[in-house]
Amino acid sequence: MEALINALPGSAAQGLIWGILAIGVYITFKVLDYADLTVDGSLATGGAVAVMCIINGANPYVAIVAAFVAGMLAGLVTGLFHTVFGIPPILSGILTQLGLYSVNMRILGKANQAVSVDQYALTVSLRYIKEACITTGICCIIIILILYWFFGTELGASIRATGCNQNMARAQGINTNVQKVLGLVLSNGLVGISGALYAQYQGSADVNMGRGAIVIGLASVIIGEVAFGKIFHNFALRMFAAVLGAIIYFIVIAIVLQLGLSTNDLKLFSALIVALFLALPHLKGSLFAKAGGRGGKKDAKD
Amino acid sequence: MLRIEKVYKTFNPGTINEKKALNGIDLILKEGDFVTVIGGNGAGKSTILNMIAGVYPVDSGKIVIDSADVTKLPEHKRAKYLGRVFQDPMTGTAADMNIEENLAIAARRGKNRFLGWGITGKEKQVYQKRLEALDLGLETRMTAKVGLLSGGQRQALTLLMASLEKPKVLLLDEHTAALDPRTAKKVLDLTEEIVEKNHLTTMMITHNMKDAIRLGNRLIMMHEGRIIYDVAGEEKKSLKVSDLLSKFGEASGGEFSNDRMMLS
Repeated sequence: MEALINALPGSAAQGLIWGILAIGVYITFKVLDYADLTVDGSLATGGAVAVMCIINGANPYVAIVAAFVAGMLAGLVTGLFHTVFGIPPILSGILTQLGLYSVNMRILGKANQAVSVDQYALTVSLRYIKEACITTGICCIIIILILYWFFGTELGASIRATGCNQNMARAQGINTNVQKVLGLVLSNGLVGISGALYAQYQGSADVNMGRGAIVIGLASVIIGEVAFGKIFHNFALRMFAAVLGAIIYFIVIAIVLQLGLSTNDLKLFSALIVALFLALPHLKGSLFAKAGGRGGKKDAKD
Repeated sequence: MLRIEKVYKTFNPGTINEKKALNGIDLILKEGDFVTVIGGNGAGKSTILNMIAGVYPVDSGKIVIDSADVTKLPEHKRAKYLGRVFQDPMTGTAADMNIEENLAIAARRGKNRFLGWGITGKEKQVYQKRLEALDLGLETRMTAKVGLLSGGQRQALTLLMASLEKPKVLLLDEHTAALDPRTAKKVLDLTEEIVEKNHLTTMMITHNMKDAIRLGNRLIMMHEGRIIYDVAGEEKKSLKVSDLLSKFGEASGGEFSNDRMMLS
């Protein structure tokens, strides 16, 4: 029990860092209705770019901005694959993700590059968990505020309309391809920031650090929605729910590790959790249909 | 206002599913024309509307709206000339966005969208007035998600969105077909009102021949991708459903049997 309580601040810090990724996934998966698998690659790209910048003497904040830009480029590639070349959404993401592995190797020069908090003035580190929580927490809030403003603008509204109903968006003069690319660019930029913070936090960038990131992102978004969907209606709060979802995810992971789950089994556990939460609405629907006849939505009065 | 010249369209050419949807359409609409379009299933009614809107490219021919050649323009670039209402009430609105947001998006049709506010307080007041005029009680639910509205309410909202910025041509693709008769009548009355008030050039597809005769100043009948009957003015006003049926029978070589048109 005590070990668990000791682990909690670390879970919170990790949750906040991955919360930024979760916000990115929220933009593609929820707002744009696009299952973007670029994330696994762009997280590592963000980490790699940030670490190499810092090692080469850049200010860690500048390194984070560079990671943001690198992530955006990854999103741009996926977006162009899909819109210009007509490759289906999931496959576009997979292609970028696969290609990014080589790109990340090139950036790092090897599979793993350490960056020590003793040598460099890192923004976050697991050595100083409380400070890491505060820094990433502020980061999350700033990002949410900026996005809240952005999605209230004409451009942001166009992205939302595209995700909601492409026919309507085009009929109202919105270039849906441009909006999809914009959404992917923005989302992967955030994933890049998340990767930059995560690499600093754990003291190294690794080409494999993004493996399964999309699943963690989806888990966060879904957990946030299940836990807070009923009370959070505001758009900013919904993004905040994704961050809280990420924190809950890492706390749950800490708990199951305490209960004796092997770290090797973690990915299977994560995958099953996400599968379960994704299946719930469907299962609920089909069960309801069996119990309550047709179960069709009752037509509202005109 | 709208000029269609020798437009041809074949779907799935060279395959077993080849379908000549449009077979050389020529049509000119004058400003303020309200044309009703009738024809059996597969006659090409929806296809011609989709061609005008740019949903698919034409095989050959030319489409000119308000003296601008739009033949090569993509759908979103033609949108500034057009107001559209679809058969499926789900198609015309964004369900996860609220009523005022949908209207704000429609108000920016044909304009550049950058980082200005997606909706302003002043706009909200305007929308409230416009919604009041619909008389559906929507003015009190401006922040409700459109997904919560009934099919009739959504079609009424789509109509308002289509006419918010006066379009050069209003395209109505059987927009009352999915509604129950009472709601359909209400939406149709609203259509008449909006078209008349804004003096809109309109093309309306319908399966209801009575509506086709009653509404508008011109009627065209399509069959196998051609316009086979085009009537306007006094002659149109004096038409009867039986006239249209016999006209249709002639055109289809007496094979006219259990088409959906018979039922209406």
